[in-house]
Amino acid sequence: MFSQIKKFIITTGEITSFSLSYFKEALFPPYEFQELLRQCYLLGNKSIGLVGSTGFIMGIVLTLQTRPTLVEFGAESWMPSMVGIAIVREIGPVITALICAGKVGSGISAELASMKVTEQIDAMEVSGTNPFKYLVITRVTAATLMLPVLVVSADVISLGGSSLVEYLKGGVSLQLYFNKVFDYLNYGDLIPSIIKSFFFGFAIAIVACYKGFTSSKGTEGVGRTANQAVVISSMLVFIIDFIAVLISDIFYEL
Amino acid sequence: MENETTNNSVIEIEELYKSFGDNHVLRGFTFTLQEGENVAVLGKSGSGKSVLIKCIIGLIPIDQGNLIVLGKSIPDLKRKELDLIRKDVGFLFQGAALYDSMSVKENLEFPLRRHRENRSGISLHKKIEEALDSVGLLHTLHLMPSELSGGMKKRVALARTLILRPKIILYDEPTGGLDPITGKEISHLINNVQSLYKASAVIITHDLACAKITTNRIVILSNGINYTEGTYDKLKQSTDPVVEEFFEEIAA
Repeated sequence: MFSQIKKFIITTGEITSFSLSYFKEALFPPYEFQELLRQCYLLGNKSIGLVGSTGFIMGIVLTLQTRPTLVEFGAESWMPSMVGIAIVREIGPVITALICAGKVGSGISAELASMKVTEQIDAMEVSGTNPFKYLVITRVTAATLMLPVLVVSADVISLGGSSLVEYLKGGVSLQLYFNKVFDYLNYGDLIPSIIKSFFFGFAIAIVACYKGFTSSKGTEGVGRTANQAVVISSMLVFIIDFIAVLISDIFYEL
Repeated sequence: MENETTNNSVIEIEELYKSFGDNHVLRGFTFTLQEGENVAVLGKSGSGKSVLIKCIIGLIPIDQGNLIVLGKSIPDLKRKELDLIRKDVGFLFQGAALYDSMSVKENLEFPLRRHRENRSGISLHKKIEEALDSVGLLHTLHLMPSELSGGMKKRVALARTLILRPKIILYDEPTGGLDPITGKEISHLINNVQSLYKASAVIITHDLACAKITTNRIVILSNGINYTEGTYDKLKQSTDPVVEEFFEEIAA
């Protein structure tokens, strides 16, 4: 038990130090713009399908599950605003972040760990490249920038799924559905959700890069590293979400 | 191996110490590499051979001692200065270390672009073709590393090492993991490119045939020090029990 607590504290310290190195290195040239753009494209392009389909299903499921209760109280007209707020504030960002923690986080950590095991990171270093800048800064920045884009996409697709159910079950037109959604949504719902998405992206990628970069124990370590990265970053998503909700709640009360 | 050697030393190592916790890997290793000379470093597994060449290129920081490469003290160099030295020091990794996500062409392009060598596309392409041709693999230009055999990967990695025309090449087990025939081919290839590019070399190997074909001198690394050194024939005839045992073990 004591050794586990000690290990947890050491890992937390190391991830913090790794994050500080990110800010230290990211501020100074050389900047790897080309690789950053490539990573943005890879991260966004490769995740949009999964994020979109999951969001679509979530929108449908949420609407189908909630509808009978609202109908019972004669409150089905509240459906678009309720689903809209739930998706934009909470479900969209958290589900997208969890999908990215699984897909992007495991991918980055396994890729970097395997590069480390096969000495590709050393090869990069002897080629006159700072591997931290080339591999870590680019991936973390790309994830930080792309996660909000994915979240907004997931929100829109999810609302699309929900509107489809409302159209089929309640005869509500697409235009009316989105009018009602936007009547109740305001910047106070959207902005905190986008801000926390940046933090989700940063946390997922920094943990994945840290685990990949510090991987050891050969090829066996690659799988373990990917697994640990997903577990830690998923947990961090919930912690960040909790803190973000606490902070935004203070602003709602003002 | 009949490279011409001069009396200008390109690597000077004096009393080099390196430990990992309680594991004292190098305990005062001393060694000099002359310009144009090819030296093999032989040692048992875990004797610190790979650590030695990683110290030389600055991948592993040393604990104590003098380490001078091309007139610069490696431990005292800042990152940018180290990168400049690395342009003149090639490194062939044990497992080739080709970038999996890049094609052969992109793998060769990478060091050129990083060191800002000839940014014009035509010249870049010519250099890549020239380097690949020197290892006999011009046809692999657009293949991915996963499509290459172990021997081909080593050859491509060698081409990537040669593309910057380094003054020194560090080979980490160049024939490791290859069958004896391919290993011999690689040894002859190293011999050819060393003569062609007129580079000095430190070759870490277990393979006596490789050491015999490629080097002028063999250094035996034992207990973290330069135990003894000499030509292949001289060491083979040595009656020193450590050297004898070493040759017998490797041969076995």
